Amino acid sequence: MTSLCVLSVLIALVPVVLIFFFVVQQGIGSLDWNFFTKTPVPPGETGGGMANSIVGTLIVCGVAGLFGVPFGILSGVYIVESGGTRLGSAARFAADTLNGVPSIVIGLFAYVIFVLPVKHFSALAGGFALGIMMIPLVARTTEELLRLVPLSLREGALALGASRARAVFSVVLPAALPGILTGVILALARISGETAPLLFTAFNNRFRSTSLFEPISTLTVQVYTYAKSPHEDWHRQAWAGALVLVGIVFICSVLARIATRRLERMHRA
Amino acid sequence: MRRLTMRGWQLAAAAAAVLGLTVGLAAQNLTINGAGATFPDPIYQKWFAEYNKIHPNIQINYQAQGSGAGIRQLTAQTVFFGASDGPMTPDQLLAAPGRVLHFPTVLGSVVPIYNIPNVTAELKFTGPVLADIFLGKITRWNDPAIVRINPGVTLPGMNITVVHRSDGSGTSYIWTDYLQKVSPEWKQKVGNATAVNWPVGLGGAQSDGVTALVKQTPGTIGYVELVYALQNKLAYGPVQNSAGEFVKASLASTSAAAAAAVKQMPVDFRVSIVNAPGKDAYPVASFTWMLFYEAPKDKPRAKAMVDFMMWALNDGQKFTGDLGYAPLPKEVIALELEQLKKIKVQ
Amino acid sequence: MIRRSGDRVFYTSTGAFALVLVLIVGAIAVVLFRESELSIRAFGLRFWETSTWDPVAGNFGAFPFIWGTLYSSFLALLIATPVALGIAIFLSELSPSWLRTPLTFLTELLAAIPSIVYGLWGIFVLVPRIRDLQLALPEWVTTMPFFSGPPVGVSLLTAAVVLAIMIIPFTSSVAREVLRAVPLSQREGAYALGSTRWEATKAALFYARTGIIGAILLGLGRAIGETMAVTMVIGNRPVALWSVFEPHSTMASVIANEFTEADSDLYLSSLVEVGLVLFTITLVINFASRLLIWRMTRQRAPRVARPRVPAESAAV
Repeated sequence: MTSLCVLSVLIALVPVVLIFFFVVQQGIGSLDWNFFTKTPVPPGETGGGMANSIVGTLIVCGVAGLFGVPFGILSGVYIVESGGTRLGSAARFAADTLNGVPSIVIGLFAYVIFVLPVKHFSALAGGFALGIMMIPLVARTTEELLRLVPLSLREGALALGASRARAVFSVVLPAALPGILTGVILALARISGETAPLLFTAFNNRFRSTSLFEPISTLTVQVYTYAKSPHEDWHRQAWAGALVLVGIVFICSVLARIATRRLERMHRA
Repeated sequence: MRRLTMRGWQLAAAAAAVLGLTVGLAAQNLTINGAGATFPDPIYQKWFAEYNKIHPNIQINYQAQGSGAGIRQLTAQTVFFGASDGPMTPDQLLAAPGRVLHFPTVLGSVVPIYNIPNVTAELKFTGPVLADIFLGKITRWNDPAIVRINPGVTLPGMNITVVHRSDGSGTSYIWTDYLQKVSPEWKQKVGNATAVNWPVGLGGAQSDGVTALVKQTPGTIGYVELVYALQNKLAYGPVQNSAGEFVKASLASTSAAAAAAVKQMPVDFRVSIVNAPGKDAYPVASFTWMLFYEAPKDKPRAKAMVDFMMWALNDGQKFTGDLGYAPLPKEVIALELEQLKKIKVQ
Repeated sequence: MIRRSGDRVFYTSTGAFALVLVLIVGAIAVVLFRESELSIRAFGLRFWETSTWDPVAGNFGAFPFIWGTLYSSFLALLIATPVALGIAIFLSELSPSWLRTPLTFLTELLAAIPSIVYGLWGIFVLVPRIRDLQLALPEWVTTMPFFSGPPVGVSLLTAAVVLAIMIIPFTSSVAREVLRAVPLSQREGAYALGSTRWEATKAALFYARTGIIGAILLGLGRAIGETMAVTMVIGNRPVALWSVFEPHSTMASVIANEFTEADSDLYLSSLVEVGLVLFTITLVINFASRLLIWRMTRQRAPRVARPRVPAESAAV
């Protein structure tokens, strides 16, 4: 039986390692100066890059974070502090539900709400779509971490005469903040890899653009477009883009792990 | 608490600065968004890139998502212009919130591509044979109908796997236009549109998808624009035209197909040159159009696109040959420049 | 609980954010309903029984998409569940402690890889392999209804394999948590009765069976909603066939492929209706899974803070 379990571990890990190494192998050669500084060139020509997509991903994730993080943290605070009111339970349920909504459905929703009324694709619409996906992730993390703050801390603050708000924002939240921030980083890494919500919102852009009100190119959508094409050069760049995406995820996961270990050490001490 | 509020204000200020900067930067560049056909994507991207070199602040952002997508998004007004290989149908024109003008940009051809292992000779096709293959009535490569028109070529008994477009495509429009003109059964069963209910076959997304599927799968037949076949070195065969000649797609045969239509170009440029008369004419050729509203609300963009079109119709035509498209006949260009004046830019 | 005016502001302002969260979910449901009204009124329940997807005639039947979604997801579950459970058991019972952290990290990494990267790998690595597999299979296999089809490579099987790889980490991490929640007394009792390590593990599994089913359901929910990786390898053909080698389509993939070009209101509305059903199905499955897991882990011992993106994130 043990051998079966070991076998299943291997079966699961083989794809990870394979995919990881394949992406690195295919993409590393294409991570040249052009890739990071140039914008796409017409099909059939070489020398283009994904500079605008990298910037675009940063901008869209930035908007998503600005929208999703405050919403997530404050909703999480309410869920914990409200102690079981109807709104609190409803919000918890809503967060869990939103977590499970397929990203393509979020994309549909964002198209109807953010694109159709203004009849314009935009980076902002894409950012909001991703922000909606971030809210439940951040709320869940906030909720979990707030619950783990020792009751004594909160009660101590209240005993000293602090209002609820002050107790939470000055004492409890800062105690949980490092963990929450780690969760935020992981959430950002998660949504940086999303494609479906951006298809109908941020559209795509072949040019360098930093405007929030125009379509913008993102790594994921660009990799998708290139992957479907028959042009060899675009395939090459798609792998490089995939490598960048995996790199982002890898680095954020490692950072989160290090932060977690430090936190665990703090808690134990 | 105070520390948090201070941090909060700093964050808000930073966010406002970034927002202001991006909006400010946006004011410098004029981004014009378009969506539509994959057929002319290579030449359009070349044009927009070249035009951007001349006018660095004009960024014409074209996304090739298929003719169907182009028409839909133009109608929804989420893009400024559309592009399609099939002219808008009367229903589609009615559905649009304003009058849409069609502007032919280049000429192109759709070729039957195939991948048969060990067959390097060029395969000839007739209209009825192609229709029967796509209807699913001819299922093997060594079917007598195919063998008859290709004497001397040893065809294997392999199954034919049909590949078509899975998305709404002007290329499909051109192809089904041809099939319905050569096969009454096709006309009755399937019809002619950017997206049809294909009787058999696999769907590839955009020309790229079809190209990829045919390239990688033995025994397939598909249809793509000439330029995709050339760039990807796919085997494609001559097709029999209405005069009975087997003509292979080329710049010359594409231009020959347009010759007859040029003499009787309708005012709105919505004309099919499929199965055109003439012994040198390639039968599956078509114009491809850019679609603009006659009276767009966004005047600066309208002016920018009109200027672009004038450039494309004159200087832009010289890029066509290298990419496998045929340039527009001069008479057509003259007529279009007249129609361009109709677009209200003030 | 003493409530002061400051408290009221606190509760109102944070409550507002919580309210918006609830409203967003409600808004999604409302928007989906409203946009699919046209299609619902035109086709009614027939929509889910017919297989014609004909944009020209305006005739839409979404049965192939349900078929493709369920078939691919169940196949993926078949492949992924034993593997995921194996990992969960290994990590919670059998693994030496030095191996635990790196293995957990690797599993988490598997979960974090963007689905577009899976799709890319699927197109360029898996599809040719599946195609070779089809070409290598003997004639008597390929004539069977389950294995017939042109050797294209893009097929239901390819999608199922990619999906399986993607859901393994989710199912395994939840299963691990569930196993951890099994009280020590269960295992100790088993040992006291003289059972082997494996028998004790079996006892723990039995105790945790509700939670394990919940974990499996979670994987199912994830597989059903997956879009990008599936779209790139499933072939996008609206059919409902038994053969795993035939290209198919799923609810998510048809929306991703055809949404931008749906040129009639009815077409668009049909696609949104597909989205509505997708939304509802994932809602029900996720709810059921959470219920089962919650019921099982109710007496969970408090553990040290481990900030992570919750394993139950099922959306992609």
